[in-house]
Amino acid sequence: MDFLYNHLLSIILFFPAVAAILVVFLPNGEDKLARWVAFIASLVPFALTLVLWANFDATNAGTFQFEETYVWYSTINSNFHIGVDGISLSMVLLTTLLTPLAILASFNIKEKVKAYMMLFLFLEMGMLGVFLSMDLLIFFVFWEIGLVPMYFLINQWGSENRNYASLKFMIYTVGGSLGLLLAIQLLGVLFGTYDIAAITEGWTALNSGMVMGMPVATVKIVAFWAFVVAFAIKVPVWPFHTWLPDAHTEAPVAGSMILAGVLLKLGAYGFIRLVLPLYPAESAQFAGWLAFLAVMAIVFGAFGAYGQWDFKRLVAYSSVNHMGFVLLGIAAAAKAPGTASAHIAMNGAILQMFNHGISAAAMFFLVGVIYERTHTRDLKKYGGLFPLIPVFGGILIFASMSSLGLPGLNGFVSEFLVVRGAWAEMAGFTAAGMIGLLFTGAYILKGIKNVLHGPLNEEWAHGDHKISDINLREVLVMLPLMALMLSLGIAPAWLLGVINNAVTALF
Amino acid sequence: METTNIIWLLPLPPLLAFFIIILFTNKSNKLSHIVGVSAAALSWAGAMTVFFRSLSVEHFGEHPFVDSIKWLPLGEEWLEIGVRIDPLSAATLFFVGITVFMIFLYSVGYHNFGQPKGDHDKKGLPPHGATVEENGHKHVVPSVEPMYARFFAFIGLFAAGMYTLVISDNLLTLFVGWEIMGLCSYLLIGFWFAKKSARNAGIKAFITTRIGDVFMLLGLAFLYTATGSLSYDVIFSHDVLHHLAETPAFWGLSAAGAIGLLLFIGAVGKSAQWPLHIWLPDAMEGPTPVSAMIHAATMVSAGVYMTIRIFPLFSAGWDGHALTPTMSIIAFIGAFTALFAATIAIAQNDVKGVLAYSTISQLGFMMAAIGIGAYVAAAFHLVTHAFFKALLFLGSGSVIHGMEHGVLHTGDHSVDPQDMRNMGGLAKKMPLTFWTFLIGGFALSGFPLVTAGFWSKDEIFADAFAHGHMTVFVVLAIAAFLTAFYTMRQITMTFLGEARTPEAEHAHETGWTMTTPLVVLSVFALGFGWVGIPESFPILGNFSSNWFHGFVGHTVHLPEAAMHIEFSWVPLITSLAVALGGLALGYWTYTKPNASANDPLRKLLRPIYHILENKYYFDEAYDFLFVKPATWISEVFVAKMDQGVIDGILHAFGTVSFAIGKFIREKFDTPVINEFIGDGSAEVVQIFGRKLRKVQTGRIQEYMLSALGVLFIIFIALYYLVLA
Repeated sequence: MDFLYNHLLSIILFFPAVAAILVVFLPNGEDKLARWVAFIASLVPFALTLVLWANFDATNAGTFQFEETYVWYSTINSNFHIGVDGISLSMVLLTTLLTPLAILASFNIKEKVKAYMMLFLFLEMGMLGVFLSMDLLIFFVFWEIGLVPMYFLINQWGSENRNYASLKFMIYTVGGSLGLLLAIQLLGVLFGTYDIAAITEGWTALNSGMVMGMPVATVKIVAFWAFVVAFAIKVPVWPFHTWLPDAHTEAPVAGSMILAGVLLKLGAYGFIRLVLPLYPAESAQFAGWLAFLAVMAIVFGAFGAYGQWDFKRLVAYSSVNHMGFVLLGIAAAAKAPGTASAHIAMNGAILQMFNHGISAAAMFFLVGVIYERTHTRDLKKYGGLFPLIPVFGGILIFASMSSLGLPGLNGFVSEFLVVRGAWAEMAGFTAAGMIGLLFTGAYILKGIKNVLHGPLNEEWAHGDHKISDINLREVLVMLPLMALMLSLGIAPAWLLGVINNAVTALF
Repeated sequence: METTNIIWLLPLPPLLAFFIIILFTNKSNKLSHIVGVSAAALSWAGAMTVFFRSLSVEHFGEHPFVDSIKWLPLGEEWLEIGVRIDPLSAATLFFVGITVFMIFLYSVGYHNFGQPKGDHDKKGLPPHGATVEENGHKHVVPSVEPMYARFFAFIGLFAAGMYTLVISDNLLTLFVGWEIMGLCSYLLIGFWFAKKSARNAGIKAFITTRIGDVFMLLGLAFLYTATGSLSYDVIFSHDVLHHLAETPAFWGLSAAGAIGLLLFIGAVGKSAQWPLHIWLPDAMEGPTPVSAMIHAATMVSAGVYMTIRIFPLFSAGWDGHALTPTMSIIAFIGAFTALFAATIAIAQNDVKGVLAYSTISQLGFMMAAIGIGAYVAAAFHLVTHAFFKALLFLGSGSVIHGMEHGVLHTGDHSVDPQDMRNMGGLAKKMPLTFWTFLIGGFALSGFPLVTAGFWSKDEIFADAFAHGHMTVFVVLAIAAFLTAFYTMRQITMTFLGEARTPEAEHAHETGWTMTTPLVVLSVFALGFGWVGIPESFPILGNFSSNWFHGFVGHTVHLPEAAMHIEFSWVPLITSLAVALGGLALGYWTYTKPNASANDPLRKLLRPIYHILENKYYFDEAYDFLFVKPATWISEVFVAKMDQGVIDGILHAFGTVSFAIGKFIREKFDTPVINEFIGDGSAEVVQIFGRKLRKVQTGRIQEYMLSALGVLFIIFIALYYLVLA
């Protein structure tokens, strides 16, 4: 047990990779076996995360715990250094929870099952690595590793326009990380280490002099924007969001679930873990710009979603809208660090990341469920399906309300905290964001209106196209998500407590 | 049981009923309504217990029932939520408990429990009737609602939302209940979702009220930022109010006034005040118990309740004479809405349509009263209105039910059972419905002395007059006159005279589950006014202690000048004149032959009548000003921006890079390198290519394995290179 306890994080991190390799060596043609092996294997990190959660000292959520360090690249002094604090712990939980559900959601994949499952497990490792890294270079390595499986998932199992979408996704994100890589190298060369804590200490203390022949202030601003752009593309923040609707629309269902559920969080996590601690002065200086971009994302994300007639695109744009609130919270926290409002805003932002992870995964899954039955995502082709698929209908309304931010469900708590935290420092931006909040209601209801309500489209009532209700496996995917939506709406303290302790200690 | 424990538990029965029905009993109509109605009964019993216990507490205003728990850890502090029953919420609890219970009971009959399944009924559409064979001949009878169980689940959740709102000790959980009701009103207005009109009405209600809600959310954020709390105890404490009244905000408002205004906009949406009133008339698409639920007992009352709650906020700094800016705005919106909606109501022919506009108008009365500082009068009118309006809606549902019976009998489905022009003479067919409706109508009109509506309206008039708010006084008086007029018009067209259609001829009285609530509510529509007779009222005042004023009046302390109301005959006579005059004129106009079928007002007012009939064209104007532009931005502008501009720039990058690559290949690689270095390298590549093609079997895992292998080799190479 001691071994397990002392290496808990690396086991959580690498178990999916080991399982992925195991899946590769399973006999060909045994699709069922591959599915179950992958599913059960993905439950292990989740169970271990629960162990981790139980043993995590929540009162000290601001300090890294379960740290492990191994020499990795001694020449450049980069260590394999991992650990969790309250912020990363909540993200690890989100990742290890969503991965099994996404794998369960993919049991209907018929082609190249082994490869598919392997990619998913690799993807999980990549995402977990980002959340656990305490070393900049390791962070970057995992950051890029996550891209590759997702590229193939979209490219191989996507729908018609998948080549364009996967290429756009890949080029856009890699392009964005170029600046990040350069900035990381700069920091590494400057301080002779890649340890995030050490760099943060040295870098924030460095306020005068010249770096590479330029004044420090200038270098800092350039490096700040290099970080920001890389993470902003991933979040995605307006105007870097156009890869997202394409990627989502073409990705397989579970791919969308993970993409929206976890991958987008990597960008926001980058802001919280690196941008704000490394560049406190620049973050405060440019907080207004970040808030502006956030509000543009909130407003135009909502308008964009409302304008769609492709159900999946609608949900994809809703991610832009919801992640805008995350950035708004981060911007508000950057503006006035150390104040109560900053803490509330940051709490809201992180909780919103978790909440959006759950509700977006649920929404994409439900879109996938109905797509599988009708082979269309065109909202105009559904209509009045509620009597035919009552259970699906009920679940869709429930998940939609979570996404809409209905009080009593999870989304409201985090949106309220962001609005409250942002109001103190940037009342104007917050007020402008309300337009987006209003249209959140409009696009959510547009989805329900066209799928479930209205006169029944007889095509789905009879014959070959007769639609069947959601099945047991699909309900099982939704159950944990719905339970979380409800419990986090009513009693969010178990999660927010951990986040809050970290936030108050760090910001 | 501890009183505070009972209070915590109040929303639970209907909430559990919602989950039990949705998850378990939805297949059984009987079980579902047993669960639903007993949940409502349980909450009612709890509410009554709390209410009567509150009566026995001395100085209840200073010692309310309170309890709270820690909810959200934020920074170093906790956001607390809790329950609080003070005089205002106790009074609200009283009417909410009764009306909700009555409406649940009524729904059993309204949705035709015990009747056969319809011949062609579909889920999502109202029931169309079932053919039964009796003694060899067939006839059509009403059929049971196809989504009977679901209805009880939804109104259960609705009731839970209302109870949550009333028992809250803070604005955050109040907002939670508020929004849950918003969801339920969406679900219930669009209950018959397969009808396009119902579906759109639900969406309209949700979005219109949400406009108010986002302002309210900003108000909450503002208030929380400024005071660090949302609990009534803290935010309405003297020091905090004083501080807020001194802090400037925007547009010359104090922080208190600005927060009050933002929150009030939420109430404008919820209580359907102009200019956000447009959703409420459309909400008539829902089943009638829903109309009663939304328009009397719960949702619209919630807006007024909240405005009374935050009265200390926007009246902070008020000396009892000149109104604060926010109070003036509230008084204006209220008075304007009262008159504006009353004018529309006189030109409506839908039996529920008239009531819908009368609700908007009556809520305007309450808002105007709050605006001029008469919050007790507003609370009083809120309670009496809840009783008589629930009664009227349930009565109109009974009428429609009776008419539907007639429609099924004749089989002519072109006859609209809700159109008053098709009615007439129903008093004889449905006596119980008639008498109770008459009581409700008279209470709405403010028929002197015997009805509750008279006393509550009179108090508003008296206050407005005594404190010199003459504009409000006159506007409300005109509105009250119109109210009496259209109410009598409605009663006359519906119940009096002769039946104008064979359907009305064959209407008949509804069953006990529907008539019992009517009788119970009519008792309150008459009697509840007597608890609020002012002491200064001639003769009757001597026997009255004005219990309501003494009880609720202790919720908020008013400035000395505002407390004092000198008795005057002017408002009393005005009140009598407009009520009786309106009723008499309505009766006189519409008992004339043909008046019901051909409205004499149409000839009299001509173009104005046309405008009224079309509700001042607000729907059309909003569609042109807001809906169309928003759709254009969403569908055209965003698409142009995203696919055109942003992706355009991206694609341009791609094209340019490709062009550069091509240029280098054609102008440099091919001529320079190939010329001078020769084509040997190409041959080598080709050989490699042929060998490698065998590896390219199109299988991802092999790609990945090879990639891993290659990476591995590169790593080893780098390792040695760097070390060396």
